[in-house]
Amino acid sequence: MGDFSAETISHIDRKYVQDLLAKGERVDGRAFDEYRDIEIQVDVVAAKSEGSAIARIGDTRVIAGVKVLVGEPYPDTPDEGVTMITAEMAPIASPLFEVGPPKEDAIELARVVDRGVRESESVDVKGLVIEPGKKVYMVFCDLYTLEYDGNLIDACSLAANAALLSTKFAEMKLEDDEVVPTGRELEIPIKNLAVECTVSKIGEHLVVDPVLKEEMVQDCRLTMAVDLNDHFTAMQKGGGTGPIALKQVEEAMDIALEKAQALREVIFEATGRRIG
Amino acid sequence: MAEGRYRASVGTYSQDGRIYSSLVGLAELRGNTVKVVPLEGVYIPREGDLVIGTILVVAGNNWKVDIGGPYQASLHANNALRRPYDDDISRYMDMGDVIAAEVIAFDRNTGPFLSMRGRGLRKLTDGMVLEVSPAKIPRIIGRRGSMITMIKNRLHIQTIVGQNGRIWIKAPNTAILRIAIKAFRMIEEQAHTTKLTDRVSQMLDEELRAIRGEKEAQREATPELPEKGAADAEGATAETMTATAAETVAEATTGTAADAKTEPGSQAEANTGTQSGETLTKEDDDKEDVSE
Amino acid sequence: MSPEIKPDFLISPEGLRVDGRRPDELRPIELEVGVLKTADGSAMIKQGKTHIIAAVYGPRELHPRHLTLNDKAYLRCVYRMATFSVPDRKRPAPSRREREISMVITNALEPALFLEEFPRTVVDVFIQVIQADGGTRCAAINAASLALADAGIPMRSLVPAVAVGKADGVLIVDLGDAEDKYGEGDVPMAVLPSTGEITLLQQDGSFTKEELLEAIQMGLNACTYIHELQKDALKRAYLRKTPEKEDEDEYEDDLETDLGESELPEEADE
Repeated sequence: MGDFSAETISHIDRKYVQDLLAKGERVDGRAFDEYRDIEIQVDVVAAKSEGSAIARIGDTRVIAGVKVLVGEPYPDTPDEGVTMITAEMAPIASPLFEVGPPKEDAIELARVVDRGVRESESVDVKGLVIEPGKKVYMVFCDLYTLEYDGNLIDACSLAANAALLSTKFAEMKLEDDEVVPTGRELEIPIKNLAVECTVSKIGEHLVVDPVLKEEMVQDCRLTMAVDLNDHFTAMQKGGGTGPIALKQVEEAMDIALEKAQALREVIFEATGRRIG
Repeated sequence: MAEGRYRASVGTYSQDGRIYSSLVGLAELRGNTVKVVPLEGVYIPREGDLVIGTILVVAGNNWKVDIGGPYQASLHANNALRRPYDDDISRYMDMGDVIAAEVIAFDRNTGPFLSMRGRGLRKLTDGMVLEVSPAKIPRIIGRRGSMITMIKNRLHIQTIVGQNGRIWIKAPNTAILRIAIKAFRMIEEQAHTTKLTDRVSQMLDEELRAIRGEKEAQREATPELPEKGAADAEGATAETMTATAAETVAEATTGTAADAKTEPGSQAEANTGTQSGETLTKEDDDKEDVSE
Repeated sequence: MSPEIKPDFLISPEGLRVDGRRPDELRPIELEVGVLKTADGSAMIKQGKTHIIAAVYGPRELHPRHLTLNDKAYLRCVYRMATFSVPDRKRPAPSRREREISMVITNALEPALFLEEFPRTVVDVFIQVIQADGGTRCAAINAASLALADAGIPMRSLVPAVAVGKADGVLIVDLGDAEDKYGEGDVPMAVLPSTGEITLLQQDGSFTKEELLEAIQMGLNACTYIHELQKDALKRAYLRKTPEKEDEDEYEDDLETDLGESELPEEADE
C-alpha cells in the first residue's frame, strides 16, 4: 500500500536491513548475488508500436515501446540513423513519484539506459540510412515505469533491449524525394547487446538487484553495462552519496560479469532473436 | 452493489429508501443494521486507535508523526514525556524514530493528535515494521483478538498491531520472523474468505515443522563467522537480546512509555547502533502486549 | 509510422462495420482489477486494441498545499498517453488534449464519489494509455472507476462510459480508431447507472437532434452492459484471491471479523 514517507526512513527499517545483512540475509530471503524473478514479454503494444516489451523484476515493472520514424540525419553524421531512449518515472508507478516534469532521477535513469545501448554500439546506426544526408530512420525507445519496487535501471535496460530486438518496421525508400514504403519489413540492425546490472552498497555489503527497502537504506549503487564481449560499456555510481572502495568496485564488476550472461539469455529467449 | 431494507451504517448510503453499499466489502447484517466491512482503503484515523508512526519533524514541543494515510499526526510533548522535560525534545525522540501511540483526537479540521500515555505505548527500537492494508487489520486481530493471539502464541513473537496497517514484529530469529510475515500477508490476501484461522494455523504448523527439521541439520555444521569482529558482536548481541526479551514476562509500566529516564542517551543513539540498542532494550522490559 | 489506410467504407453493404461489428455492438472488453501492487487501487482495460492502465493513490496528503479543499478530497485525474501508443510518436510532454481529457474524466468520476469523507486530502487517479485505438477517454473512465473502487474510495456506484458515433450515416456504438478518424461524429459519454444521470457528455461532428438523442440512448444501453462487466471484474478480483474449494456462496457469511472489534478497549464507532 502506498504510505511510504519519502524522506524520513525509520530507524527500525534501516537497522532491520543492516542487521539482516550482517547475518548474511536479505529482506526477501535472497542471496546477495541473486536476482528476483525476471520475466519479459514482447509485442505488448502490437497494433501501434513497431516494437515493445514489458520487463518485470520482482514487483518492478516497466514497459518499453519503440517507434521508428523517418527523419533527416544530423548534419555531422549524414550517413547514420538516430536512436534515442527516454524514460519516465510516472506517478502511476509509486507513491514516491510525483506529478510534474521529470526530476533528476528520471533523467539519470533515461541517460544511463541510453548509454548502455549507445556505448555498446548495439544498434548499427549506419544500417539505419535510407539515403545518406537526406533520410534516415529514427528509432525512439520510450520507457514507462509501471510498478516500482527497486532497481529500475536494470528493468529498463531489459525492456529497452528486448523491445529493440523485437522491433519490426516497414522498409522505406526515396522516390523523387518522396518517402514510400517498399512493402518489405526490416529488423533493427543490432550487432552487440549490453545489459545493465546494478549492485547496491549497504554498509560493508554488496547486493545485486536491490528492492525498494534496500535502495532506501543503501549508501550508493553501481550500475554496469556489460556487452557480448564481456566489456563494460557504461557505468554509473548513483543512488546516494556514499563512497565506495576500489575493492568493492572490483567485486561489483565480477558480479556484473557473471549476471550479465544470464540477463542476456532472458532477453534472447523472450525475443527469439540471438545476437553474437 | 448491495441492497437492503434496513438501517444504513458504516460503508453504505441510502437512496430512495434503499440501501446501497458505497464500498467494496463484505456486507454484514446485525439486527436491522446493515454495514459493509471494507476490504480496501487507506488509513483514516479514529479516536482510540492504536497506531505505529514514524517521527518526521520535531517542531517546538510537538512531534509531527507519519501514521500512513493522508493525515499527518501531532504528538505534544505533554502527552509523551514526564515533566519536567528538556526544551529540546529531539533529545527524547528524533526524526526517524518509530513509536506506538494512541489517537486521542481527530475532527477532520485539525489533524489527528496522538498520545503516548498508556500501557505499552512507547518508542520502538528494534524488531521490524510490516505494512499491510489498514482495511485488513480487523481480520488480522480477529474476533476478540483470536487471530493475533494464536499467531503470537504459536511463534512466541512480540507484536503490536496498529490500526493504521503497521505491524511491529519482534521475533527470536529470522526464520520465525519470516513465518510471521507470511502469516500476516496470508491474512491480508485472503481477508475476504472464511475459515481463515484454520488455514493460518495449518500453515504455521507446516512452517514450524520445516524449521525444526532445518535446525537439526544446521546444528551439525559449524556456524560461519562474519569477517569483521564488530559485525560479529553486533549480530550476536542482537540475537541474545531478542531471545531474552521474548521470554520476559509482561510487566506494565505505570508512567508514560517514552520514559524520560530512558532518554539521556538518545541523541547518541541515532549515531551508534549497537550500544543504544542495548540501553533501550533494558529500559523496555515492559514487554509488549497491547493486543490482548 | 504504423501504416494508416483509410478504409473505402465504414459500413459495408451488409450493414457491418470495418471490423465486422454490428452498429450497436461493443468491441470485446477485458477488465482486470488490482493489476499494480504499489497503487492503492488499480485496474486495466483492453477494449478492442485500446489498452489502458489506471492507478489510484489516496486519499493522501495533497501537494501543493494551496489546492487543499477543506470540505472534501481533491480529485486529481491525470490522463497520459505513451509515446508509442499512437501511429506517430507522440511527443512526451503533456499535450493540451491530454489536459482537457484529464479534466473531463475528473468531472465524469467525481459525482459518483463521496469525497466529503476525506477533507484536506487528494485522491490521485493516474491513467496511462498504453495503446490507443479509439475511445480512450471512455475506456479510461471504465478502468479508473474500477481502480477507485479497488482503492476503497466510497462511491455511489461505478461509472461506465462509452462513445457513440456516426459513420456513413449510421449510428454506431464504441468507435474504433478508423471510425473515430473518418466517421461523421463522436459522442463520448459516461453515466451513473443507479440514477441514469450523465456525468460526461461531449460531441463533435454533425448530428441532428433526433440522431443525438438516439445516440445517447444507445450509449445508455451500452453503459448498462459495461456496468455489469465492471461489477463482474470487481468480484473476480476477490474470487481470484480466494483459495480453491471455496465458492462464491460461502463468501459473504460466517465471518470471524467485524469492524467494531479492534484490539483496543473502547471504540470510536457509532
